[in-house]
Amino acid sequence: MAEHSSIERQAPNTKHLWKVFWILLALTALEFVVAFKIDADHYKWTKIGIFVFMTIVKAYYIVGIFMHLGSETKSFIWTIVLPIIFVLWLIVALLVEGHYFGLEKFFI
Amino acid sequence: MAVEKTSVNPPHLLWQGGTQPLKAGYGKLMMWIFLLSDVFTFSGFLVTYGLIRFGYPTFSEVVAGMTHKTFEFSQQYWPIPEKVFKAVPFLHGVELPLVFVGIMTFILIFSSVTMVLAVEAGHRRDKADVEKWMLWTILGGFIFLSSQAWEWTHFIHGTDHGLTLADGTTIFGAKLGINEYGPPNFANLFFFITGFHGFHVFIGVLLNIMVFYNTTNGIYQKRGHYEMVEKVGLYWHFVDLVWVFVFTFFYLV
Repeated sequence: MAEHSSIERQAPNTKHLWKVFWILLALTALEFVVAFKIDADHYKWTKIGIFVFMTIVKAYYIVGIFMHLGSETKSFIWTIVLPIIFVLWLIVALLVEGHYFGLEKFFI
Repeated sequence: MAVEKTSVNPPHLLWQGGTQPLKAGYGKLMMWIFLLSDVFTFSGFLVTYGLIRFGYPTFSEVVAGMTHKTFEFSQQYWPIPEKVFKAVPFLHGVELPLVFVGIMTFILIFSSVTMVLAVEAGHRRDKADVEKWMLWTILGGFIFLSSQAWEWTHFIHGTDHGLTLADGTTIFGAKLGINEYGPPNFANLFFFITGFHGFHVFIGVLLNIMVFYNTTNGIYQKRGHYEMVEKVGLYWHFVDLVWVFVFTFFYLV
């Protein structure tokens, strides 16, 4: 085995991985631009919306390409993605409820 | 012979019983299931964070007419992250909002790509390449952890001027009971969530060192496959993924 591997050393195929790296870097840089260029006093929720959207795009690239979930079988993908969709629903639902909670009477 | 990719089900990926559910090795599938459970844990933190943060009034509700430019810290409302995290090592007194955390994000993304390169080298059974990329990944993990240690230290010690309360006392830094940057809950959640993530990174670095050690000793070479690199790689990418979310919800929003 050992003598085989030195002779049949395959060339690395990493172009698509580096591409994802640059995409992630560009998205993070873009987040900084949004953080400092958009007026938070007037467009607070627009900003938050952009940040959440870009976070999900980055998550898609990390999970799909770096973790190779994109190249697994369909049933594998749904085993992972379906529970996460329900969890996202739970998070959104609880955060919306959080607006009506009025925690200040407990903490301040 | 083992180099040929003729078999759809490589022997080391067969489960006991000779089948291969979801066309994945048992260990890899179980790593995914573990990561799914970790998603639940971090989602719980995210919900807690959001709920408590929304429970406080915003600064414009407390002080009429205050904008992001005229913002000042108070115990009454949640702070703006870019006003809190603006220190960089060796540059005392220079205000560079979010720059240091940007560097930390870059380091973690970079260590993620070196990890995936190690996994790719593992698929080619290229021992030297796996070693090289694992070393870069370990280095990235250490730099990230030390950066976080510095950031925590700075956060705990606070600014030079501190925050003067209504009764005339001045408080410095973020502690669990008292916090110059805002409500104590802000510091508590910061320590808890970034701490839990940092603990994940720490475990990841240990696993990476183990993989590097085993690779160097030729254990995977002897075994005939580098699936362990792939499994630990999944964990490491997940840690990076969590940081992407922490970065958004703690530092940007």
